[in-house]
Amino acid sequence: MKDSKDSYVTEDGRTIGPPMLEMKNISLRFGGVTAIKDITFDIREGEIRAIIGPNGAGKSSMLNVINGFYHPQEGEIFFHGEKRKPMKPYQIAHQGIARTFQNIALFKGMSTLDNIMTGRLTHMKTNLFWQAIWKGPAEREEVENREVVEKVIDFLEIQAIRKTPVGALPYGLQKRVELGRALAAQPKLLLLDEPMAGMNVEEKEDMSRFILDVNDEFGTTIALIEHDMGVVMDISDRVVVMDYGAKIGDGTPDEVRNDQAVIDAYLGVAND
Amino acid sequence: MAKNKVLPDGLDTFPKLLARNAVQWAELPAYREKEFGIWQSWNWAEVAQNVNALAMGYVALGLNEGDHVAIIGRNRPYLYWAMLAAQSAGAIPVPLYQDANAEEMAYVLGHCGARFVIAEDQEQVDKVLEISDQAPNVEQIIYLDKRGLRKYDHTNLTSYEEVQAQGRAGNQHLSPVLAGRQAKLDEDSTCVMLYTSGTTGKPKGVVLSNTNIIASSISSSEFDNLSAGDSVLAYLPMAWVGDFIFSIGQCCWTGFCVACPESPETMQANLREIGPSYFFAPPRFFEGLLTNVLIRIEDASKLKRWWFRRYMAHAKRVGPDILDGKPVSFADRLKYRIGDFLIYSPLKNTLGLSKVRVGYTAGEAIGPEIFEFYRALGINLKQLYGQTEASVFITLQPDGEVRADTVGIPGPGVELKIADSGEVFYRSPGVFVEYYKNPESTADTKDKEGWVATGDAGYIEESSGHLKIIDRAKDVGKMADGSMFAPKFVENKLKFYPNILEAVVFGDGRDSCTAFINIDLGAVGNWAERNNVSYTSYQDLAAHLEVYGAIQEHIEEVNQSIAKDPMLSGCQINRFLVLHKELDADDGEMTRTRKVRRKIVADKYDDLIGALYDGSKSISTETEVTYEDGRKGSISATLELRDVKMVAA
Repeated sequence: MKDSKDSYVTEDGRTIGPPMLEMKNISLRFGGVTAIKDITFDIREGEIRAIIGPNGAGKSSMLNVINGFYHPQEGEIFFHGEKRKPMKPYQIAHQGIARTFQNIALFKGMSTLDNIMTGRLTHMKTNLFWQAIWKGPAEREEVENREVVEKVIDFLEIQAIRKTPVGALPYGLQKRVELGRALAAQPKLLLLDEPMAGMNVEEKEDMSRFILDVNDEFGTTIALIEHDMGVVMDISDRVVVMDYGAKIGDGTPDEVRNDQAVIDAYLGVAND
Repeated sequence: MAKNKVLPDGLDTFPKLLARNAVQWAELPAYREKEFGIWQSWNWAEVAQNVNALAMGYVALGLNEGDHVAIIGRNRPYLYWAMLAAQSAGAIPVPLYQDANAEEMAYVLGHCGARFVIAEDQEQVDKVLEISDQAPNVEQIIYLDKRGLRKYDHTNLTSYEEVQAQGRAGNQHLSPVLAGRQAKLDEDSTCVMLYTSGTTGKPKGVVLSNTNIIASSISSSEFDNLSAGDSVLAYLPMAWVGDFIFSIGQCCWTGFCVACPESPETMQANLREIGPSYFFAPPRFFEGLLTNVLIRIEDASKLKRWWFRRYMAHAKRVGPDILDGKPVSFADRLKYRIGDFLIYSPLKNTLGLSKVRVGYTAGEAIGPEIFEFYRALGINLKQLYGQTEASVFITLQPDGEVRADTVGIPGPGVELKIADSGEVFYRSPGVFVEYYKNPESTADTKDKEGWVATGDAGYIEESSGHLKIIDRAKDVGKMADGSMFAPKFVENKLKFYPNILEAVVFGDGRDSCTAFINIDLGAVGNWAERNNVSYTSYQDLAAHLEVYGAIQEHIEEVNQSIAKDPMLSGCQINRFLVLHKELDADDGEMTRTRKVRRKIVADKYDDLIGALYDGSKSISTETEVTYEDGRKGSISATLELRDVKMVAA
């Protein structure tokens, strides 16, 4: 059932649609180094898809390929069934793909509000002229976008830090603000690069809840890279496992957990 | 017995007050809430419509007359309306503490037998669902925030908006039902039931009638000339009687505007935006605020620090007199004006207290220094003394007679008497009807003539007629040598130090007194940062030698001050330890209003008390802690015990 292209309903009542993004035989090389070797997988509409693997397995490179930052030497990418031409990251952002970064990439001197507001840039249409004189269309647009941003702030429960410069915030909250910026773009596909790295248990629980709620409330498809196995197995619908640039496993958390190749990659192979 | 009517005709129930307000003040803002970054407001006409629709919705869902309706959540206009709507539908609102854990909630829900629960969000809905086997009486849950609830079984779960929509849809036939129910209500009908957090035993449901609430609201509003132009910030728990009086009682009577913060964390910022004219906060709040101010002044530039010290010294000297309208020399007034321009006004503005015309604090003793600080700034901060059973007000301080060490004169209509044991008794229109399903406790507390025991020991100062409270009557004991033991008296002195958050003093029936101390993580943490002391947790910092040293100095100072009091000089502290965890309501060590449960603390830390009295230098202990979500864990620690110098009386 889950391998077909049809929609299906999960145990907790969410509808998972047909594949939204298909990666076919992707290979990515930097000079002589092969970062990704012939990988094929898909991300279905409405699902939470995890990419896991040991350090240096090529997970972040994969996210960068999806996001258009790297262009693979081989392979094809289909988005909503259409083959994607090589594009710049901002063009991809316009298509409805937003992301967060492993190392927080916020504007440290700007407030939480302003940072999240930058997530609305792809939705702003007025030109520099109108922005400069401010009255009229630019003002209307600002109000509309501010409304979206305020809903994100409410959703992530960060009202209290609305005006705080993000540089002054603790790490866990900065991560949340970064998620907020990605959400403000109202993406169809949200890419999260290690959203829980460096967090304590409580922060991880909060973040997991937010990821599940984003998926549930807005129906956003989510692809995430994460090291914390417990979290990954708890929240994702399907998991891709990578090791040394190759795909070594793909399936539901239970399938992946019991896969010998995955166990070997994570725990090492006994010499006997 | 024929009863005289206490309340004005036509204004003896909340539905009637609401109807009056919707006409008289139709356009005036009644409730505000910050949502999505903007202050939303509702005028009285809109409030009346909302309440009416919700009340009809309740009836459509099957709410009966006399039912209890539980309300769980933080201060939000919608939840205040949920209470008013319950009254409109002939039912009785029962607000609960939103941070109560499942067990506490199960008891209260089961005890009041509520069939309807209004829950703010998923967290509260989950709690109610979790305890459904202990409180099988709950039939309907109505929720405000739909987030996360999409996949829940909605058979008995309805959204607030949906209930209102059902009410509006059935307007035709529900309206007369509502009118019929409201016609049966009068001043003796139950207005609200509030559970007292209780420093001992299970919470008790205090039944308060319309007379209790409305009469108290009228007299207290008149006492301070509150009017429709005033505004308050509602941020204290809705289950607390004070909030009910301010945000519903006085609000509906005077028509003033109640503003609700955006979230609990934004309270301070929202306070500044609203600038309420009528403000209540427990002493703890004012202490915390002052600590923050002092910390930030330490970080300020030299010039600002100098100004602050110089002008605050001046303000302390003449500020309270200026506030009370007493004669002050022209030169001093001029200097105060300059100070106001440079320091006092900007500071009050930062704190959100610029517009406060009437400020109250109550619940605990407030440190004289803290109290004076705010009064010196020109903030009319006063004290009152009250309890749930009195519908808040027993005594209040009138303008011009404000002091740190008294709680004021009896409020309008309140009679006071002091029993031979020293316990304070009162009688007033605000005196509660009964404890719900608990006639024994009712009889213990209230006698046939309506006198209520406060449980506090105190006396009336002859020269001024002001009431002074010494301690909880049951906590006042005797030491082994027969001298008086008043733990609260000592604890309050200790808590006036910014470094000390909480103190628990033991000594009843013993030779000497000992104390548990909780440090204030904010203040001590700031000190640690300033002095390059690294620490990982509360426990780590609490065990630091220099922290112990500082606390020891504070206790020695307190001992010196106690030694001066001939009656209580035996209460000097002999030995102390700094606890390895903060006392917490989730562990049952404190009430939800943050009062220490002495007996529970004593039982739980039995081993530590033993060590305080057997002379040992340190002790290892393990303590169970409960996390916010109800899970349990434990922490272990080795604590140091220290001797303190005592002063001969």
